[in-house]
Amino acid sequence: MAKNLVTPKLISEFNRFCPGCGHGLIGKMIAQVLEERGVEDNAIQVYAVGCSCFISTVVKADSIQAQHGRAPAVASGVRRARPDAVVYTYQGDGDAAAIGLSESLYAAYRNENTTAIFVNNGVFGMTGGQMAPTTLEGQKTATSIYGRNTALTGQPFKLAELIAQMPVAYVERCSLSNAKLIAQTKRAIGKAFDNQLAGKGYSFVEILSPCPTNWHMDPVKAYKRLDEVVAEEYKLGVLRDSKED
Amino acid sequence: MRTLMKGNDAVSEAAIRAGCRFFSGYPITPQSEIVEYMSWRMEEAGGSFVQSESELSGISMIYGAAACGLRTMGSSSGPGFDLIQEGIGYIVSAELPTLIVDVVRYGNGLGEIVPAQSDYWQVVKNGAHGDYHCLVFAPASVQEAVDLVGHAYDKAEEYKNPAILYYDGAIGQMMEPIVLPEMKEHDPDQFSWSIKGRGGEPQKQVTSKCYYEYTTPEAYVENLQTKYAAIEKNEQMWESYLTEDADLIFVAYGIMSRTCKEAINVARKQGIKVGMIRPITLYPYPVKAFETLPETLKGVISVEMSALGQMVEDVRLAVNGRKPVFNYATGKMIPDTEEFISYMKNVLEGKEESV
Repeated sequence: MAKNLVTPKLISEFNRFCPGCGHGLIGKMIAQVLEERGVEDNAIQVYAVGCSCFISTVVKADSIQAQHGRAPAVASGVRRARPDAVVYTYQGDGDAAAIGLSESLYAAYRNENTTAIFVNNGVFGMTGGQMAPTTLEGQKTATSIYGRNTALTGQPFKLAELIAQMPVAYVERCSLSNAKLIAQTKRAIGKAFDNQLAGKGYSFVEILSPCPTNWHMDPVKAYKRLDEVVAEEYKLGVLRDSKED
Repeated sequence: MRTLMKGNDAVSEAAIRAGCRFFSGYPITPQSEIVEYMSWRMEEAGGSFVQSESELSGISMIYGAAACGLRTMGSSSGPGFDLIQEGIGYIVSAELPTLIVDVVRYGNGLGEIVPAQSDYWQVVKNGAHGDYHCLVFAPASVQEAVDLVGHAYDKAEEYKNPAILYYDGAIGQMMEPIVLPEMKEHDPDQFSWSIKGRGGEPQKQVTSKCYYEYTTPEAYVENLQTKYAAIEKNEQMWESYLTEDADLIFVAYGIMSRTCKEAINVARKQGIKVGMIRPITLYPYPVKAFETLPETLKGVISVEMSALGQMVEDVRLAVNGRKPVFNYATGKMIPDTEEFISYMKNVLEGKEESV
């Protein structure tokens, strides 16, 4: 029997994302997960800078905008100031893996009882599609116009694998490339919040997400690229689950 | 009850007693005692302490806790204080109160760990980009530092703007007898803006006020101009010492004002009519202290432990061309009484050039 589709109360009626962008979909799933657990009025959303900052106009939870990269540190302050709140960060790959790498790793290192949503689209989106640490080898961007030269700039950066080295609660990499994987992404987001509600510590969900605008392709091709190209480099799956220790 | 305490320890205890329940910091000389004291005392008081991985991260945690309405504190010195500026800029933009302590050390870059007053430009003008000031308090004793902590929190909350307690490493390191204030509890939920989860209310956003509150260019400008004009009108603090009949007036703050006062007392006995204006707030600068200058006055001497003389710019603005202003910049040295008197004589004999 078909379920009624209900718009989450937390979701606003408009968003500022480009057509085909994955952020809106992720925002909807976060709102659904919070509401399914009845914690939407107790949630504090910490975001920073880049396209991900528009999340606060989509998911209407109480929100704090951190400095570029510093959302995990700001959330660590919030965690202590509001011990009973549901605290999560929402960041893109430039934000969390480039300028904010230190804050990302140390929040995990302290095993903060927070949930980190990390959206990996392989570019700096808001500033016009420059190379990010996550950009694939050979990928053309505004600062790698002949394709990323990994001999000079390093290999695509794997933040989830780094965090999974630490004794955190949970790390999973997901993708938005098809309905099945979107459903799995929602389950991962749900688990990351359940861990926090159970006081299990830090959970990190990486979501491979398309950026049709800066990948210079239509949304259908962009979602296909997620499957055929991006997920080849960034393998999906659970990288750490403390339950399995 | 009087108790003997080191400046940095006393400031930490005063913050706890003012209701501060979140501190994050990183060790750097000469402020490390604050981090050490808070590491055990904060837990005892029921608050949270985090030794952060960097000052960048520490001030970010403070930003988060301040957004939730807590009384928060951070502290640093020299290059560590530089890293705090990013967070201060954001705390300013979101109009949140906090208290940051700068225990000043000497020199550019890594510099040295000896006391100095050479962060004046950074704390008084602004250390981050944009249009703002922090409220800046410059105590001259451990007791005054303690007394200014609670006042700084009150004013930071009144104006929704960070405050800086700015003192040299000497005041941070020396022990003096003090009377501590009573313990006060602070309710983080007393503010309409405190973040705690929306609880059925509309969403609250903590970010630059230009996005949601002062959304027109005119409103943004008016808010900033009105706020800082009110601070400049209402919050100037200073001490005037023997200025009414003076031929010379020193302008000195912090540890420098104490050696200066001693030199003034000795010089007075030698017949030199000299006094002092001691700014207690550096922002707002106490220009009211300069409104009436004695007819007899031959010069105003800005004396500071910096290589270039930073405060002298504000002294010149306050004097506004009415009298000659002299820049006595002493680097990392605190002049002794003889050196002060020798400088006074040089000014009176026309041997020093005004700026």
